Amino acid sequence: MRLDIQYFAWVRERMGRGGETVDVPHDIATVALLIDWLAARDAGGAAAFAEPARIRAAVDGVMCALASPLTDAREVALFPPVTGG
Amino acid sequence: MIHTAVTTQPIDVAAALAAHDAHGHGASASFIGRVRGDGGLLELFLEHHSAMTGAALEALSGEAVHRWSLAQLTLFHRVGPMVPGDVIVLVLTSSAHRAEALSACAFLIDRLKTDVPLWKRESFADGRSAWVEARAGDDARAAGWD
Repeated sequence: MRLDIQYFAWVRERMGRGGETVDVPHDIATVALLIDWLAARDAGGAAAFAEPARIRAAVDGVMCALASPLTDAREVALFPPVTGG
Repeated sequence: MIHTAVTTQPIDVAAALAAHDAHGHGASASFIGRVRGDGGLLELFLEHHSAMTGAALEALSGEAVHRWSLAQLTLFHRVGPMVPGDVIVLVLTSSAHRAEALSACAFLIDRLKTDVPLWKRESFADGRSAWVEARAGDDARAAGWD
């Protein structure tokens, strides 16, 4: 499964990049599993995703829970809790 | 009727209010959020998502107009580098009577804190720089509007 992943704020800094296109194994069925997979992949992922509870996500432009499925997803954004306003 | 913007340019409050109020409304409420210079803050940087941030402002605005039958809504949010005193966010809500305008304004401020992809990083005179942590109380306030 090919996914465009975007990173923001300290997730972006720890990953060392703003985004990437990755081929994800087919058994990565949810956002939470994607985060675990990224954390295990390299040092940047380990630093960015050491505490999954501090990560928020959007799939194809819609904010969603980490338990959300990646079925037919094209773009995933991963970021810290938002701090606007 | 609804005017939203995500902008890197300074927000001109007087011009925005003049445009918002051009047709006159029975009741108008406003909120202006500015960068504070606490603790020797030199710069506040607002990171955003190029597609989602504007869409989130529009979605929130649509919800507010529908829920409180607003006649007019202006919601501008600045992004990029800012200095103390700069306007970060401007909310203007108008309706026939005060209760709707005031409630809608409070709703928008609370939900901006939790529903819109924006991240603040503070840089200080002593060289420190850090991402602002979300406050647990913000989630509770935003959930109060559900």
